[in-house]
Amino acid sequence: MSHRFRHLLAIEPLSREQIVFLLDQAKPFQEFQRYPLKKLATLRGKTIALTFFENSTRTRISFATAASRLGADQMNLQAEASSVKKGESLSDTVRTLEAMRPDAIVIRHSSSGAAEFVSRRVDVPVINAGDGTHEHPTQALLDALTIRDRRGHLDGIRITMIGDILHSRVARSNIHLLSKFGAHMTLCGPAMWLPRELASLAPNIRCVPCIEEALDGADAIMALRIQQERMHEPSISAEDYILQYQLTPSRVKLARRNAIVLHPGPMIRGLEIDPAVADSPQSCILEQVTNGLAIRMAILFELVAGSADPQDHAKDSSHAAD
Amino acid sequence: MLLIKNGRVIDPTSKTDSHADVLIDKGKIAKIGAGISAGDAVVLDAANCIVAPGFIDMHCHLREPGGEISETIQSGTQSAARGGFTAVCPMPNTHPVNDNASVTRAILERAAAISPVHVWPIGAASKESKGEQLSEIAAMQQAGAVAVTDDGKPIASARLLRQVMDYCRPLNLPVIDHCEDSSLAAGGVMREGPHSIRLGLKGMPAAAESICVGRDVEVASLTGARLHIAHMSARGSLEHVRNAKRRGLSVTCEVTPHHFTLIDEDVRYDSHFKMNPPLASREDRDALLEGLADGTVDAIATDHAPHHPASKDVEFDRAPFGITGFETAIALALEQLVHANRISLMRMVELFTIGPAKILGKESKLHTGAPADITIFSTERDWTYHTVESPGLSRNTPFDGRKFRGGPVATIVGGKIVYRN
Repeated sequence: MSHRFRHLLAIEPLSREQIVFLLDQAKPFQEFQRYPLKKLATLRGKTIALTFFENSTRTRISFATAASRLGADQMNLQAEASSVKKGESLSDTVRTLEAMRPDAIVIRHSSSGAAEFVSRRVDVPVINAGDGTHEHPTQALLDALTIRDRRGHLDGIRITMIGDILHSRVARSNIHLLSKFGAHMTLCGPAMWLPRELASLAPNIRCVPCIEEALDGADAIMALRIQQERMHEPSISAEDYILQYQLTPSRVKLARRNAIVLHPGPMIRGLEIDPAVADSPQSCILEQVTNGLAIRMAILFELVAGSADPQDHAKDSSHAAD
Repeated sequence: MLLIKNGRVIDPTSKTDSHADVLIDKGKIAKIGAGISAGDAVVLDAANCIVAPGFIDMHCHLREPGGEISETIQSGTQSAARGGFTAVCPMPNTHPVNDNASVTRAILERAAAISPVHVWPIGAASKESKGEQLSEIAAMQQAGAVAVTDDGKPIASARLLRQVMDYCRPLNLPVIDHCEDSSLAAGGVMREGPHSIRLGLKGMPAAAESICVGRDVEVASLTGARLHIAHMSARGSLEHVRNAKRRGLSVTCEVTPHHFTLIDEDVRYDSHFKMNPPLASREDRDALLEGLADGTVDAIATDHAPHHPASKDVEFDRAPFGITGFETAIALALEQLVHANRISLMRMVELFTIGPAKILGKESKLHTGAPADITIFSTERDWTYHTVESPGLSRNTPFDGRKFRGGPVATIVGGKIVYRN
């Protein structure tokens, strides 16, 4: 089962089968999160390099925890303290890291294509933890796992994504992933964040500036994080955004009954989402976080562990290291 | 004496297209005709080759002074000779900027000492190309500058452009502009469109160029000065030039080989696909091909922009703009324009010779008595471009390893063979 993935750089080039495979790989690790003893020996002796050239809290902690629960050691590089600040190129930085023999490199970077750039320069598996405004593949996989768990399947799902679609790597990865399952995707947001070219990303995409129209009949709603710094660009005021695009209980009612609500976080209550929606039974926001661990464990397992069966490892905590 | 035998002579000035020999003596063309024999002449067999007036690249960057890690006048002009060019025009965005006669003279003196081809520098339109004050335009012209520009960026404002044009008109000096509305293009690293959305790279809309071309054409109309649009890439820009020509304005334009060959869909996360203006949409590229065929475009120029490998070996959005271009220009023009039956061989030669020559106030012809600046190229020879073989100091091209049909065979400057394949 190994060697199907050399790297995980983006969702776009993956097949539907590869995505289903990864989602299935995550199942035992989902179960594992409920175990009292959360430590496996699966990756004992392996080292994961976590290279975060861009600020991140939840994704970094999620990868670090996933690696730790699989028993791997970690090498941490954070931009603030890194050689990059001293002028070293990304190319030289990752080659130096590689010389310390990690078994995989997880990279977050503000430049689109940075993960692919790194993958062409090192011989170890590279996992994209978000590159610029390009893709965030593990986020899309954890979103898909969450939707599949809640709705039973991904096929033909009607999903509405709201917010700054243009700059969202989460939206891009989700669009590529869900399109492989015949999803109908409605993108909604202020016009400057909703260029018509977005519809060319995949089949069955509608760009709808009106949130009420966009939510009509949705099975799933994904509110995207609004980067508040963008509010200072000549674009839209926070007040206007709240008025036009905030996900409120009354707007959620326009979607299908029991439509689920997702948010990749960090979530700004009162801006992109009303607290009543964030805390409602329809909200899957905390499940997304837990599923993020399972997905990242599955990916590390797939890329680093080799041909072992994840079921065996996840079921048997006696493999715990230390 | 040098005798070029058995070639097919193509000279757009006289509309000549015939098989003939060319005899060169004392740096000038002594005789053109069939069956010339000269016992003591060195013979260059040009069988199955085109013998044309020397090709002129009116837009390149030699990086000297100040950027010698990327290219020097020596390395760049050797590369130009290898590409079949007998004359090149380096842009003024060096360090220091070529904005005064002493820098112009220094470039010319250096070129006279080590360059195998003619170097015709282009001066800055404004001091340090900052877009604030006029540079020493007349003094630079006297020193040898053939045009002015703030290339690398547009001439900053319509007001300054008007001043530059008003000043250049009586000097009969062309004003070259890198057209870009900087506010609209700000932060962009490729052409805005579906592919930039897919890659998550910030785009520059085509309108960022065409808006500026429109501005420039109106100022050219206001002043009556000569305007030349550099490295044009958008359909809208071409329309502005077409209309300006219809209005009888003195407006010309150039297109680069990479803009008529590649499109935005070719862009990958590889900084060798990053140039400014960025690679255009398929529709824009097709418009350029149309403009090359119908006479709207006056010249092919390379915008040869060498960058040291280390500066390009970075993330796409952090890499500098620009690719090298001397050595692949003829081959790409043959591939995209002639072999694809879009233009005739005569028209292609025109775009590399009298097209730029007229703009720069130079001559380009294969006539008895004319300087023996000659480009010889094959239209059929199969070859592969390998950057490692280039005398240039930089390797930033997306065409490394590309197979071509036809390319430069020999370059003759002042009767001397400066490159021979």
